[in-house]
Amino acid sequence: MTSYSALGLLRGVFNDQSHWQPAWRDPEPQANYDVIIIGGGGHGLATAYYLASVHGIRNVAVLEKSWIGGGNTGRNTTLVRSNYRQKPLHDFFEFGLKMWEHLSDELNYNVMFSPRGALMLGHSDSDMTRLAERGDAMRVDSIDAELLSRDQVAKLEPQLDMSRDARFPIEGGLIQRRGGTARHDAVAWGYARGADRLGVDIIQKCEVTGFVRQGDAVVGVETTRGRIGAGRVAICVAGHSGHVAAMAGLKLPVESQTLQALVTEGVKPMINGVIMSQSLHCYISQSDKGGIVMGGDPDNWPSYAQRGQPMVTQGAIAQAIALVPALSRLRMLRTWGGVTDMSFDGSPIIGPTPVPGLFLNGGWCYGGFKATPASGWTYAHTLATGTPHKLNAPFDLGRFARGDTIDENGVGPLPNHR
Amino acid sequence: MLLITCPHCGPRAQTEFSYERTVDSVVQPGAAPAEAMARLFTRANPRGLDDEIWRHTFGCRAWLVLTRHRMTHAITAIRAAGPEALP
Amino acid sequence: MNGPRRGGAAGAIRFTFDGRALLARPGDTLAAALLANGIGLVARSFKYHRPRGIMAAGVEEPNALVTVGAGGREEPNTRATDLFVYDGMVARSQNRWPSLAFDAGSVLGLAAKALPAGFYYKTFFGSAKRWMFYEWFIRRAAGLGDAPTAADPDRFTQRAAFCDVLVVGAGPAGLSAALAAAEAGERVMLVEQDRILAPSLVRDPQDLDPAWAEATAARIGELGGRILLRTTAAGYWDDNLITVSQRLAEPGEPPAGGIAQRLWHVRAGRVILATGALERPLAFAHNDRPGVMLSQAVRTYVRRFGVVPGRRVVIAANNDDAYLTATALRDAGAEIVAVLDTRPVPAGATSGFPVHNDAMPLATKGARHHLREVSARVGGKVMHWRADLLAMSGGFTPVVHLHMQAGGAALEWDDASQSFLPGGARQNVVSVGSAASVAPVGPTPPPENPGKAFIDFQNDVSLGDVDLAWAEGYRSVEHLKRYTTLGMATDQGKTSNMAALGRLAEKQGVAIPEAGLTTFRPPYTPVTMGLLAGRTERDAGAHLRRLALFDVHQAKTPIWQPLGYWKRPRAYPQGGENLAEAALREARSVRTAVGMTDVSTLAKFEVSGPDAVQLLELVCATTVGKLAVGRGRYTFMLREDGLVFDDGTVWRLAENRYLLTSSTGGADRMAVHLSYVRQFLCPQLKVSVVNVQEHYAGIAVAGPTAKAVLAGLIGEEVPRHMSAVGASIAGSPVMVLAASYSGERAFEIYAEASLAEPVWNACEAAVTAQGGSLYGMEAMEFLRIEKGHLVVGGEVDGRLTPHDLALDKMLNKAGGYIGAAGLARPGLTAPGRKQLVGLEAIAGTIPEGAMLVTALGQPAGGHVTAAARRVLESGSIALGQLVDGFARHGEELVATSPTRSQSAAVRVVAPHFYDTAGERYRD
Repeated sequence: MTSYSALGLLRGVFNDQSHWQPAWRDPEPQANYDVIIIGGGGHGLATAYYLASVHGIRNVAVLEKSWIGGGNTGRNTTLVRSNYRQKPLHDFFEFGLKMWEHLSDELNYNVMFSPRGALMLGHSDSDMTRLAERGDAMRVDSIDAELLSRDQVAKLEPQLDMSRDARFPIEGGLIQRRGGTARHDAVAWGYARGADRLGVDIIQKCEVTGFVRQGDAVVGVETTRGRIGAGRVAICVAGHSGHVAAMAGLKLPVESQTLQALVTEGVKPMINGVIMSQSLHCYISQSDKGGIVMGGDPDNWPSYAQRGQPMVTQGAIAQAIALVPALSRLRMLRTWGGVTDMSFDGSPIIGPTPVPGLFLNGGWCYGGFKATPASGWTYAHTLATGTPHKLNAPFDLGRFARGDTIDENGVGPLPNHR
Repeated sequence: MLLITCPHCGPRAQTEFSYERTVDSVVQPGAAPAEAMARLFTRANPRGLDDEIWRHTFGCRAWLVLTRHRMTHAITAIRAAGPEALP
Repeated sequence: MNGPRRGGAAGAIRFTFDGRALLARPGDTLAAALLANGIGLVARSFKYHRPRGIMAAGVEEPNALVTVGAGGREEPNTRATDLFVYDGMVARSQNRWPSLAFDAGSVLGLAAKALPAGFYYKTFFGSAKRWMFYEWFIRRAAGLGDAPTAADPDRFTQRAAFCDVLVVGAGPAGLSAALAAAEAGERVMLVEQDRILAPSLVRDPQDLDPAWAEATAARIGELGGRILLRTTAAGYWDDNLITVSQRLAEPGEPPAGGIAQRLWHVRAGRVILATGALERPLAFAHNDRPGVMLSQAVRTYVRRFGVVPGRRVVIAANNDDAYLTATALRDAGAEIVAVLDTRPVPAGATSGFPVHNDAMPLATKGARHHLREVSARVGGKVMHWRADLLAMSGGFTPVVHLHMQAGGAALEWDDASQSFLPGGARQNVVSVGSAASVAPVGPTPPPENPGKAFIDFQNDVSLGDVDLAWAEGYRSVEHLKRYTTLGMATDQGKTSNMAALGRLAEKQGVAIPEAGLTTFRPPYTPVTMGLLAGRTERDAGAHLRRLALFDVHQAKTPIWQPLGYWKRPRAYPQGGENLAEAALREARSVRTAVGMTDVSTLAKFEVSGPDAVQLLELVCATTVGKLAVGRGRYTFMLREDGLVFDDGTVWRLAENRYLLTSSTGGADRMAVHLSYVRQFLCPQLKVSVVNVQEHYAGIAVAGPTAKAVLAGLIGEEVPRHMSAVGASIAGSPVMVLAASYSGERAFEIYAEASLAEPVWNACEAAVTAQGGSLYGMEAMEFLRIEKGHLVVGGEVDGRLTPHDLALDKMLNKAGGYIGAAGLARPGLTAPGRKQLVGLEAIAGTIPEGAMLVTALGQPAGGHVTAAARRVLESGSIALGQLVDGFARHGEELVATSPTRSQSAAVRVVAPHFYDTAGERYRD
């Protein structure tokens, strides 16, 4: 396969770029695989890539009901960060953040990871104390975090409303400078190309309709393209985990909800990094194309529809304009929804299920994109060895019944209270 | 934005209501711990019809049980909460 | 182009474009006015900075984007075709430097062969920092208009509307449908994005007299229908809710009434979409040059605006629209040098134009950004014409966006018109007019140089890019779109998507409907963010609630502290005191004499009825049933998962009447919780729960002389600790609860909010007389930390059990409370849990929020939840959570805050620093 490089593009000047090969093949499903991954999103493709590249397991199929990267991988606001509060989340997401820093080279596919800084604003002394606590927790766990004064914040993002009489005046912020954004589609495509190169079959338009059982164990899947056998079957369909797990008779600690995002028309650079807030629920960044990309809270009721409700985005926009008044005359170009797995402690689930041969990766709530490399890495480890990696061990399915939930916001099991 | 027909108030905009939880999550007082935790921590979460508990927060404040489709949002039944409302 | 070509008087409206003073006529769009002034070069494209002019006459315009307005009204990326010129309008071109005619960015066009679709995925490798270096340049080259920098001076409003029928589009079909509905007695709302009714009748008066439109509208109005012009239905949501944007001023124009736009949320019984159709361009080399326009658009400029955009015109089409345009141009005095019809045989009345059948443009040539020459393949041979205008029509695409946004809707492929027509729908919606069917077309020959045949003009996506994406495996329509950015520009692919689909289907060897469709996402045309925010943007939609005693506090100029939607006095500084000084003085006053503070925001619920105890013993994890009348006690509440989520006090005011208090921050959550238990979980209980949070204002009086103060105020025996009495202060009935959060003997006095001010004043006079003072939340923090009282949101963070918080001895042994089952989970009693501890500084000041580490800097598994100084003595103390903390008293750790460069050596101790025996509560 042709390696990607500037030289290759220059070569294309003389041949109308006709030397490029398909980024991935379009194979027919085989009868059996060592591992079947259900779901061709970033996480599933990354899992396949690491199964092949790290564990040497190449007889792997990724089954995608539609087109790869078309679920939440292609619908998020592309934020990458590890600025959590709790240790298991620190360990997991920081491991992932380090992977992001080399991902383009690793995949020979520019995923445009841009560590432009993830800034969380504080609007009161108590916000600032909570930000300091978060930052201190990060620093103690060897993650970068820096508390910024009002002046430093104003300098970093000149478009913020720094007036004292604002409803949510800006008192300062906490920045993770290594956080930022990446190009979401490229992550799916880069992993797909990498996995395909190592022999993984990426099979699109192949929807799983049931599981093949032998006794208790899952030994394959029924699909719209026939029955396919497998040594291990890995669910990786966040948003639809409940639906797929139900085919194996499993009920999960997950409720599916719609999360919306939107983008404005493109303008020249006005937002430098990622802006979030301790008290408000909007997050704002600017894409390389110039559009302001933003989101807010989920719609807060169960839904499998990729369509949200207008008042939810209207509320997030009001908050964004309160922070950045110059957004007022920009125009919303597109709004869309994704279906998220809202887990019952706000943290993901990666590990075996009670059904032998069946594994689960889901429950990402509205924070799965940034986890793509670490999720793939740890899920591949779990699938290859049959036991969780130490990074995903705390995120097992049994933690809810045991009482070992990892509840970043401390709000308990009802996702709409999150 | 759905139009929800409150059994007390009639058709009202969804902004007046809040979703609270699913019927299958309800833990009755005195339920055995294992059953209580199964209800609290697992959901059918179907990609189809399910029974949900909503509240007419900015209206009559009554608790309601809706049967609603998770793909189309179509509400096929709505009733005031009470023992007889539970399926 | 060579100057204005319109007859009659010059325009009377003054405006500027790139600083040039120009005139427009009333009713002109900016595009019409620019064309009338002989300006053909209007913009630069997104990627290659190619010179672009005006292609369309409506909202589908991909090229002619300008920035209009000044200061906070500046609107980048405004379509010149959807902007009516007003006097004093300031417009400028964008995405160019130093000028529109000489744009340095156009060097990118020279490198275009090395910068195909998705080139950025294949290069710029190395570290993330290295990518950011390249990205810096890419970001500045990308974007379109400059970002505005000022706050918006205008307002936006929102309204709700209800109607039986919403008709979208006031063309002939929409007007007819609206009239029929109105005559049938239905409530009708008709919205039209243009400024005039039925603009298509002005363009093509041969169909129907434009006067018909006015007459029809008048009749609809008489029948009670509402017609809104300059109003766009942009989003179609569930249950026939349509979001509609109404312009009250043009982009950048100071609005007469201060309101720039209005957003309507329209709930319609049914919706009639008369949204018309959009003309498609043809794909051939350099089809993006200024002077290449859509055929219908040319006719619009000629007939509606009186502007003839060219003198020597070539018209190319695969349908009959060419002949309508040829006629209009000829009538206006232009010369038709060729009509290129892709269809092999002449179609009907061609009226003596120089028609060439089996003809398709090959390429255009230009000079100084103007069109000069058109070449075409006619049959087997190539022909050339000098021309300054090329009008093209590749057929029509019905505007099905809203139909598809409605959800659960289908499209049907129509082979004759090569277009998708609206099919069935889940919602009550129909399409009429050209939104439902369009004219048939002939063949559309593929271009011979696809690399220069643009389909997405704004994003510079050519058919060659589509081919490349296909070759590289991006074969689903969504991959194609995302890889090439096709259809993702501000026009949302209105003119490009069908061409791309056609190419994709050709590659796949399938019919177009099998090639797939991208999703039609709201909005139909971009919507101003300020409009969506409505009037709430200044307060971010979060209104403040006013304390009942707000004015009383404000008169004392306190330092206010935000707390949820409240602001509470944080301290009352005197004589230049800073916050810390004021808070310490206030706290000392409480410890040594008496202080008073406003506690009105606490959550309060009156629970009454014969089954009140049953309800309370469900909600509270402590016993309630044993409370004697007139007594109260501390309580806490568990979530169903067994973790503590709130705490407060419960008081038995009468046999079957209780008052339950809980935290300010959790007040709404607790109200819902109680409502759930009362209405849903236990509807059989004979009990009423009333939220009295804001019914009462609360005043706490605390300190060694509080009892004396209270005795003076109520003139009778004061209640002992954790007892309640009714009394009267300053003529207002009050409820006095003897409860303490500060560690001193204290009373909470509750009065009906409207009667609270005299009570406050009486209390203040009595407190002052005793040498006491007011205290705010900062002093309250000092006091409660020293005493070891918990705060919800601090120590009570939703992750700890009663045992972790040392509350387990108070649990109701009989069980039965909510959370008992959750609490039985093994992880909630396993070792390694965080537990409540006290911390005292060995040296230094403990930073609040700091992490606990060992002397060697290793994480010790804990953090500081709240820190303060001792009130009377010196020394820094804190509360915290620490893994297995109960067993670690005496351990020496460091409380470190790397983000603030602060740390303090601390000793783990019991979380009580003051009056551990509780002797100060006793009388």
